[in-house]
Parts: sequence; structure tokens; C-alpha cells
Amino acid sequence: MCLAIPALIKTINGQQAEVDIEGVTRGVSLQLTPEARVGDYVLLHTGYAISIIDEAEAEETMKLLKELSEAN
Amino acid sequence: MKFVEEYRDPDLAKKLLERIHKNSRKSIRLMEFCGGHTVAIFRHGIRQLLPDTIKMLSGPGCPVCVTASADLDKAIALADMKDVIVASFGDMVRVPGSYSSLQKAKADGADIRIVYSVQDALAIASENPGKQVVFVGIGFETTAPTVAASVLQAQTEEIVNYSILSLHKICPPVMKAILDLGEVNLSGIICPGHVSAIIGSHPYQFIPDHYGIACAVSGFEPLDILLAVDMLVGQIESGQPRVEIAYRRGVKPEGNTQAVKLMESVFEVSDANWRGIGAIPASGLRLRGEYGKYDAEKRFEIEPGPAIEPKGCICGSILRGVSTPLECRLFRRTCTPESPVGPCMVSSEGTCATYYYYQGS
Amino acid sequence: MDDKILLAHGSGGKLSHDLIESFLPELSNPMLDKLDDSAVFDLSGRLAFTTDSYTVNPIFFPGGDIGKLAVCGTVNDLSMSGARPLYLSLSFIIEEGLPVADLKKILVSIKNTAAEAGVKIITGDTKVVNRGSADRIFINISGIGVIPEGVDISAANARPGDKIIINGNIGDHGIAVLSQREGLEFKLPVPSDCAPLNGLVSEMLAASKKIRCLRDPTRGGLATTLNDFAEQSSFGIIIEEERIPVHRAVMAACELFGFDPLYIANEGKLAAVVAAEDAEVILAEMKRNKYGKDAVIIGEVVAGHPGQVVMKTTLGASRIVDMPVGELLPRIC
Repeated sequence: MCLAIPALIKTINGQQAEVDIEGVTRGVSLQLTPEARVGDYVLLHTGYAISIIDEAEAEETMKLLKELSEAN
Repeated sequence: MKFVEEYRDPDLAKKLLERIHKNSRKSIRLMEFCGGHTVAIFRHGIRQLLPDTIKMLSGPGCPVCVTASADLDKAIALADMKDVIVASFGDMVRVPGSYSSLQKAKADGADIRIVYSVQDALAIASENPGKQVVFVGIGFETTAPTVAASVLQAQTEEIVNYSILSLHKICPPVMKAILDLGEVNLSGIICPGHVSAIIGSHPYQFIPDHYGIACAVSGFEPLDILLAVDMLVGQIESGQPRVEIAYRRGVKPEGNTQAVKLMESVFEVSDANWRGIGAIPASGLRLRGEYGKYDAEKRFEIEPGPAIEPKGCICGSILRGVSTPLECRLFRRTCTPESPVGPCMVSSEGTCATYYYYQGS
Repeated sequence: MDDKILLAHGSGGKLSHDLIESFLPELSNPMLDKLDDSAVFDLSGRLAFTTDSYTVNPIFFPGGDIGKLAVCGTVNDLSMSGARPLYLSLSFIIEEGLPVADLKKILVSIKNTAAEAGVKIITGDTKVVNRGSADRIFINISGIGVIPEGVDISAANARPGDKIIINGNIGDHGIAVLSQREGLEFKLPVPSDCAPLNGLVSEMLAASKKIRCLRDPTRGGLATTLNDFAEQSSFGIIIEEERIPVHRAVMAACELFGFDPLYIANEGKLAAVVAAEDAEVILAEMKRNKYGKDAVIIGEVVAGHPGQVVMKTTLGASRIVDMPVGELLPRIC
């Protein structure tokens, strides 16, 4: 697979962004996700944001997980 | 970490496991295609927690493991050339080729730089105008777009001493090849999460359609994987295989179309050699003709000599899901992470290394 | 004086003399100041003697530098055998071209750390080598200490039922150094944990006679130390994943580069195996020391699975924790 972790975009300068992961900050390229905005969480893989995390979908999944657990 | 920790919640995991135990009746075999899933499954001990009805098999989804010796030999041959700097991800440096490894070549004086990002390779090229910098392009659809982006950047910034040894591979064709071999009787596949972040979930549609096999795209946290297993059990028990996504926060059905476009503008599909599996038509990526000057195989005459596969190594059948490392004569005896014989023992997400580290003797 | 170290500084002539003279005030003590070929001193009792070389790159990192690291490393190695560290040797191998200011900074740091640890540098050496023959500066420090009466610390002493204590978050040093590495640069809000632990150890030894094993989980991380305990005692070890203390940022960096914090180096940590009945007393004593305030029990020694370390995962499963292999490299998959 490919290691990718969620990172929060703090600032954007052209195609480069600065992201924060629990206090760790680093520059990343937004060449693959040009629509990313400050405040978005992106999946970070080898210094590139490969997708923007869909927070609404994340909530839906959490809801689904809770429903499935409670349906037992 | 947001979007990570909540998917490790032990209470929710326990309840989801209870549900899987309750719902899983048929004996089924699920393949986690991706090495990252193999590691996550072992790291959290998920295999032990699943019901006996579910057998998990590991697949070929480790880009390091499936790199053919002959291709690795090319990287080493390039590193041995005068005034060539080879830049590689850390994953590749210990993998044995036919005669050597990048690590050994480095000890012998080759200039090999380990990079975290292809951007770093590009930076090395601009800092060393008198040298040629070759990036060893390994990885599936997750990584290939980043390498494509670096080629476009090299073009824009007129960095001429930069080229790619493209060993990139793509996932759906190898899934098809494994299913066509018919060696493993699969009921369901846990599809790779971060490959799918790029290509989406549509490319797997042929798996339920043509093979009647269930599919779920999964993330890498325990709840992601358990949700994927739950989806697969549901599809199998109801006899309705399809493609579901258990990782919707990261994967859209259509994927990241921009990244795909970028990847396809630089690379074109080609045949590729998979270690242990052999040649699979249309399963690799090579630089398109218009980017030929960034193609290391065109820029340099590389003659690494005939490739030799290690004797007795069964990485091939492990990658196909046919065997487990425990069935290999070399496992833990002559083949260990310190002196790996085959690639599945080298890569930290290789099936053999995962068994070695997490399962004990 | 020149602003860069030259080969001539190691030639034994005038420049060498000047260089050494410029060190002396920083490290001054009667034994060193004699500048004889060897330091001469009296010691009695059981002695502990250790040596280590330090080649860290970069030489300055958040929370320390190669000088502090060298003093702490040797002081801690002595402390882990229960010894009270007393005297150190100090030997530099310097690559020509090292800024003199860097050397001064390292010296001040050695002085301060030695002062904190209460140890004296009583003999030393400096060599300068051609550019490319070393990486800026290497340091070797040997140390000698006295083991108090009745103290018997060894990895082989672990017994089933004993508790395992760690004195705080793991992985800080390795990740802090990594954050400075060329090509990987990232900002980390956590400095290296580099610290002399002899004070903490002596307080622990004063609090209990039932401390069986001590080890500082440096290279190879906590996983390696625990495997050493298991192997050398021929018992098993069980640790609990959710009790292992890791700073959130260090964890994040580990996730980013594909590392397991159990394998990351520490320079101010100790893992202790102690008798169960004294564990709480020792823990309370440790928490009073600034280098032990985050101490926590992470597991225990068991009779089962001899020689192996097993971790109970947060999900309630268990898995083996093996020794790491080779250099840790950032990975993409």
C-alpha cells in the first residue's frame, strides 16, 4: 500500500502548503489537489496531498459504525 | 490524530467484531490486497479476533515486493555509473537484486540518496547540475501521480539532469491476473485504500461482475478494516457481491480525477514484470513518448546482466496468496529481515516480514 | 584564533597547544589541569567502566547536541549498572573546517551536562582529520563509576511477576534528530529527551533494594531493551499498548514516516524491571524527579513465552514485539 495520513492545511502559497499533524508541521505539494483550502484535512503521501478528506463522509461513517454496533 | 484515533476505538471495535461473529456463517476466504492492510491487521492483532469462518490471505499489494529482480538490477547498474546519483524511497534500499542491493552498492561507493518524497529527488537534481539524478519510481497509483508531477515540474523548471526509472505498477490488472490464475478460491477482496483515493472504486467493478467476488475498499485503522470485513460478510451471506467503500472519508467512487489526469498525461500503460507472478499485460506505467527525455531507460544504456531469482524462495506464491510464509523452507532459517532472501522479507509491509515481526515463531 | 579548525590544530604543535588551552577553562578540574599523559586517581569498591562513540548527524538538534548526548550517553550507561558515575575521558575526532564556534558550543554543553551529572572530565584527546575522513565531529567518551554496596543490577535478574517501568514518553530523541535531517525537515514541538539519569537512578536505588534491571533504550528503542530483558532472563515480557507513553507529535511523525515508536531511540529514558511489591514506591519516588515525572508501569515479566516480548493491543489481541533490523528508513508503504 501506500502510507498516507491526515494532515490539516494551515497555509497555502501557490501549489505548496504547510500542514499540521498533531503539532508536526511540514511543507506539502498541492499539485494533486489544487482545490484544497486552508482548514481542509488532506491525505498526505510522500509529501503530496493525494485527496481531501471528506468530513461529512467521515461523520456518516462514524454514525454507521455506531448504528451497526448498537444493532447487535 | 483526527480521522485516525476515532477509528481505533476499542469499544466500537469490540461491538463490530461481535456483529461479524454473529453474521458470518459461511466459511470464507478474504484477501487483503494491500501490504499496508496486512501490517495493520497484524499490528492490531485483528486476525485472532475474527471468527474461524473467516480466513484472511495476504495479496501482492506491496510495490517493493513485486519489483522484479531484473528491474532492481537496472537501478543498481545506474547507481554504479559515474556521475549518477540514484534517489530512492527508503523501502527499496535493502531489497536484494540478482547480485547486489542498493544498500551494498552504496557501501561500495555508489551515490545513493534516500528520499521521503520525489520532490527531494528533484531538489537534489537542481543542487547537482553536474550530475545525473535518477529517481527509482516504484509504487502503485498512489505514488505514480506524485512522480508524474515531478516530471512536469522538471520540465517547467528546466531541470535537465533528472530522469525516472519507472517501475510503477497498477492494481486492477494484477487483481485480474490472480483471479484468472484461479489458484486461490476467494470470496471477497479488501481493496487498497490509498490507491483507491486516486483511482476510485469503479475500476474494481469487474470483480463482482465477472468473478462474483465481493469487494470493499478499506482504510487502514482497525474500524476501517472491520467495517470492510463486515461489508464483505454482508455481501457474501446475501449472495450479492458488489463494490462498497468502507473508507468514504478518503475515497470517492470516482477517485481523484485531477491526479489521474496528471498521471495519464505523463505515463502510459505498459506491460510489466511482477516478481513471482511474471509478465502481466497492461499492468505497468512507462513515460509517454513526449517525456522520453525523462526516461532513464532511454537516457542511459543499462545492461545489468541476466536476472537471477533466489533458489527456494517462494515469494511468488506468497504474493499470489497461494502460500503463507510458514510454508517456506527458508522462512526464519536462511531468510530473515537481517539477511532477506526474497523481497517479501525486506519490505516492512511484505507478508514475510509482517509474519516474522508480529507472529513470532 | 582562526574561525575554523585546521589540520594544524591536531599536529601537536603550537596550534594544538592553543586549542587545548582554550578548552581547559571550560572543563577545568585539578586532575585534568595537570595535563599529564594519564589521569591518576584512587578508587575502591566494585567499579563500572564503559565506553561509547557519538557520531550523531546533525550535531545540533532540538534539545541538545553531540556534546550533551555524549556525556549523557556514557553517564547513563554507567547508571544502568547501578554505578555512581565519577570520571569521564573525552576524545574528539574533528574534521578540518569545523567552525571553532561550533566546537565552543559543544564544549559548553559538555561542561554544563557534566556539571549537572556531577561528573568530572579528567583526561582527553583531540585529533583533526582531513575533510571527508570524518563527519564534522565525532566524540568518544569512556566513563568510570562506583557501584554502591549491595546493588546488583542486571538484565538477567528479571523474575516472573516483576513490573516494568518507563520514565516517560518514548521516541522523542530519535524523532527530534530525524526532524533535522536533510530532505525530511519538519517542525516538531518536542525536543530530544537527552538527559543524565544518574540522579534519578540513585534516588530509585535509595527507595528500594528490589530494582532488578535497568537499561536505557537508546538505539533500537524500547523494543530492543525489552527483548534484551526477556532474552537474558529467559522469561517472557508482556506490555500493554495503551500504557506505552508516546507524545502525540512523536506519534504523528512516526505515522508520517512509517515508524513504530517502540523502535525509536531515546537518550533520557530508562526501562526498569522491579519487584512487584516495590513497584508503587519506586514509581512514586521517580515521579518526584524531573526526569521521572511521567514514569508509568507498562507491563510485567511472565513465566510464559520465554525470551519473547508480547504486546496486548488496544483491541485486546496480542502480538510479538521483535528486535528491529537495520537502520530505520522513512518509507512510503
